[in-house]
Amino acid sequence: MQHPQAHATFSIEEGNGRFRVARSTYTDPALHAAEMEAIFAKCWLFVGHDSELPKPNDFATRKVAGRPVIFLRDRAGAVRCLLNVCPHRGAQVCRQKKGSAKLFSCLYHGWAFENTGRNINIAEPGTYHPNFNEPGSNAQSNDLVPVPRFESYRGLWFLNFDAQACSLHDYLGNAREYIDIVMDQAVEGMRVVGEMQEYSARANWKLLAENSTDILHVTTLHPTYLDLVKTNSAGTMVRGKVLGKSIDLGNGHAVVEREASYGRPIAQWIPMWGEEAKVEIDGIYARLVKDYGEGRAKRMATSARNLLIFPNLVINDIMSVTLRTFQPAAVDYMEVSVWAVAPGEEVGKPALARRLTNFLEFLGPGGFATPDDIEALESCQRAFAAAREAPWNDLSKGLGREPDATDELPQRVFWLQWRDRLMQRAL
Amino acid sequence: MSLLASLTRPEAEDFLILEASLLNEWKLEEWRALFTEECRYLVPNMNGDPYAPPESSLYLIADDGHHLTERVKRLGKKTAHAEYPRSRTRRLISNVRFLERGAGKVKVESSFITYRSNQGVTDTFFGRHEHCLVECDGALRIEEKRTILDMEALRPQGRLSIIV
Repeated sequence: MQHPQAHATFSIEEGNGRFRVARSTYTDPALHAAEMEAIFAKCWLFVGHDSELPKPNDFATRKVAGRPVIFLRDRAGAVRCLLNVCPHRGAQVCRQKKGSAKLFSCLYHGWAFENTGRNINIAEPGTYHPNFNEPGSNAQSNDLVPVPRFESYRGLWFLNFDAQACSLHDYLGNAREYIDIVMDQAVEGMRVVGEMQEYSARANWKLLAENSTDILHVTTLHPTYLDLVKTNSAGTMVRGKVLGKSIDLGNGHAVVEREASYGRPIAQWIPMWGEEAKVEIDGIYARLVKDYGEGRAKRMATSARNLLIFPNLVINDIMSVTLRTFQPAAVDYMEVSVWAVAPGEEVGKPALARRLTNFLEFLGPGGFATPDDIEALESCQRAFAAAREAPWNDLSKGLGREPDATDELPQRVFWLQWRDRLMQRAL
Repeated sequence: MSLLASLTRPEAEDFLILEASLLNEWKLEEWRALFTEECRYLVPNMNGDPYAPPESSLYLIADDGHHLTERVKRLGKKTAHAEYPRSRTRRLISNVRFLERGAGKVKVESSFITYRSNQGVTDTFFGRHEHCLVECDGALRIEEKRTILDMEALRPQGRLSIIV
């Protein structure tokens, strides 16, 4: 069913260079419910990274689109994603955040499951009909339910609640090239460092989707971060005109790629890191040139990328590499989870410490920039209370020309996909 | 006898109360002066080991002396948007005890509740601080402050824009 309001939420006048989105899209509970069906029950959604489950039987529980899931590596080493709900009476069969388990046993009535999902125990089995748990009868209904689709690309695991969805490979499409350029930076594979940070924002989830590929706001919202970069780089990194471009990758995905105006662990040196680090970073750069040639090496090392995989995965290869996903918990509240990822070969080396320092300087709830992003998103959400009288958000910048890095192309790409999804025209 | 060797529990508590009052009053440069030049201010990720090395594990905040000075500079600016207008805050410090008394260093643990009010919302942060105190030019100084949050996640607080 097409949502009747999806049409009325846009005001696009190409001739006047206008692209506007109704503020009710961030506040209307009916649209929120429609999104949960048309987007979150149909799109590929990020669950976690391969390296979070290093050993057989490792598991992590999390929420994806509101559903409780267990992201795990089973006893045979296969990565799986099971719905964390007992087939019997519905309690969560695992209530630990993470750990290692060969079995999950429900606290309520003791039904138990292998980490493949297979049922191995029910309560008082002798009291059931003889065929109840016989193979070939309805025994499968006693197993934990896996998510309908679960596929990975370069260590990133995604689920899809729509069994008929296209493959993850096709869904990512042109975005794969940009995932590759991040993952190729590692010789020993990209790995999650430590644990994920979990925070939130009292704002609609789409505000963070827009924000994550928005380079325009950096000079106004993050001057205190730019001051820090200037200090750290002894004045060698001063933000001028941002040189780069915004690219529509199809399927609602978009990327902004531009010259990085800060030090990068791979591989752009700044004076604060010292002469020893310069030697190390020159070595990393030489390896990239050897493996990928001068052009791609330079792009990997000195350009930054903000990539949005529709609807709610951000891969930002900026002053550090971060994965960020955000779950709409209510129309005006989202839960954010972020991971720091680093090449496996950096473990135990000063390079990893530089990467983490770079991360914390900008990113996360204690960074010099992210708290201001959250403040901006929450400020929008508060002000959208005036949506009836001041109904439109403007995303027109760069309309009708070759979009540069600070144009609002990625936001328009996101919104057009949102519209297509709610009107059921996308794949 | 040195200041540190004779330090009593109530004196340590008084020091923490002074620190909290400077933060409540947004006297951040004076607060920074309570630390040694080469100090650490650490807020571990609540999902991990609170003592994991910050060089190889993702923290929420892992400032060295330079970054702490820069953090104080940032919070003094009107462009630190998350804290301008400034939050109203109140820090309660309690359950103060010594964890270690070594030569030239004492480690003090305290429990805290911090309230932050801004833009119509009040958030609560709670947990424990571990202060490593040293003596510097005849005064107590913080060599390391580790703030270990007890909340499961920063939800719904969303940010650590204040020094909790």
